[in-house]
Amino acid sequence: MFRGIIKNGIRNELLLKVEEISGQNVFNCYQCGNCSSGCPVVEYMDITPNQVLRLSQYGASEEILDSETIWVCSTCLQCSSRCPKGIDVARIMEAYRTINLRSGIGKINPRKIDVSAANDIPPILLVSAMRKLTG
Amino acid sequence: MNLPYYPGCTLKANASHFEDSAIKALEKLNCQLQEMKDWVCCGTVFSLSNDDLMLQLSSIRNLLRAEKQGLNELIVLCSMCYNTLKRSKDFITDDKEKLEKVNNFMYMEEVDYKGTVDIYHLLTILKDRITFETIQDKVKKPLNSLKLGAFYGCLLVRPKEYAIDDFEGPTIIEDLLSALGAESLDFAYKLECCGAYQTLTQKDVSLKRSYEIIRSASRAGCEAIVTSCPLCAYNLDFLQKEIDEEQVDFNKIPIFYFTELMSIALGAGWSSKWSELHFVDPEQLLRDKHLL
Repeated sequence: MFRGIIKNGIRNELLLKVEEISGQNVFNCYQCGNCSSGCPVVEYMDITPNQVLRLSQYGASEEILDSETIWVCSTCLQCSSRCPKGIDVARIMEAYRTINLRSGIGKINPRKIDVSAANDIPPILLVSAMRKLTG
Repeated sequence: MNLPYYPGCTLKANASHFEDSAIKALEKLNCQLQEMKDWVCCGTVFSLSNDDLMLQLSSIRNLLRAEKQGLNELIVLCSMCYNTLKRSKDFITDDKEKLEKVNNFMYMEEVDYKGTVDIYHLLTILKDRITFETIQDKVKKPLNSLKLGAFYGCLLVRPKEYAIDDFEGPTIIEDLLSALGAESLDFAYKLECCGAYQTLTQKDVSLKRSYEIIRSASRAGCEAIVTSCPLCAYNLDFLQKEIDEEQVDFNKIPIFYFTELMSIALGAGWSSKWSELHFVDPEQLLRDKHLL
């Protein structure tokens, strides 16, 4: 009888892609929670950064692709600088975002931005949001 | 001293007072910012994906053009441009295969990018090349009695390999402000994220972040916050309109670029044009302290 919590087998296609894009090994994580405790926007996330790592280890990457968490992450790099195992957690977040963006799933529809308001918004804000949240 | 200079988009738009004040302040230190020719956007944020070199092109194109112009270094004022250009440079230059691919992409530029241009933030130049002692000697109007909070945000100190000072306990901005005669007060949120580009899509995130940063500074006794990032400056300054409407215990405080305060202290003065680019009025505080 199969007993386990592995959904599609560890290191499924999706996780391999995440590891390729991020260059990180998610199995290095031992769940200390430093990333989540330092994250300034964790209260807006549906799964915490350490849960992103844990779900990845379980082969449950699909759940992460559907989460709000990867879009709330503002790449402030606090998690990456605090990880005692040297995991660049922000790169893992970026990898999940990137996989979505490459399949056309983004957070902003550029056509729907109110252009009249754009005059007051600095270019640095528009360009960075476009780069991180559109494909 | 001539300083080859990369401005970036926002210093030519909403943050033109950052550039203007830097030019004026540096003249008092016998330094000239020399803007490189034909620059383009740096990309604003460094791409964290390993397998997409396209996202590095805007940074590398600037570095290639700087090389073509015979420059061996670029001085950057904007925290985000600094971080993006410097990390892009290392990401591409340290890997021959990536370097070759990027050069193939940019064949229209006619010459190859080699990776010989070094990137410095202006704060590093002020500290190491000009020195804070020299700056202190040239202060004409010390910022006496002005209580300031130095705000680093993310990209001056993270990732730690690219930090311009200690990544968890930086003091470079405080040291500069002290040299200018101001009192620098430490506050708990000085290395926190302001919400960055979430302002466009999830404004409540940036409103909360900015509120907490400003409250932390105010409670420490800061009368103003000092930054070097145009995105932090925008969030911390312009979001105060909505924060003020939402939070009962909130008092607005002005947000300065460090160069604006240098300009005042070094005797290059203040310009009313700069005030127009602020949301929270900076002049009242400066008048109260007899600095205008």
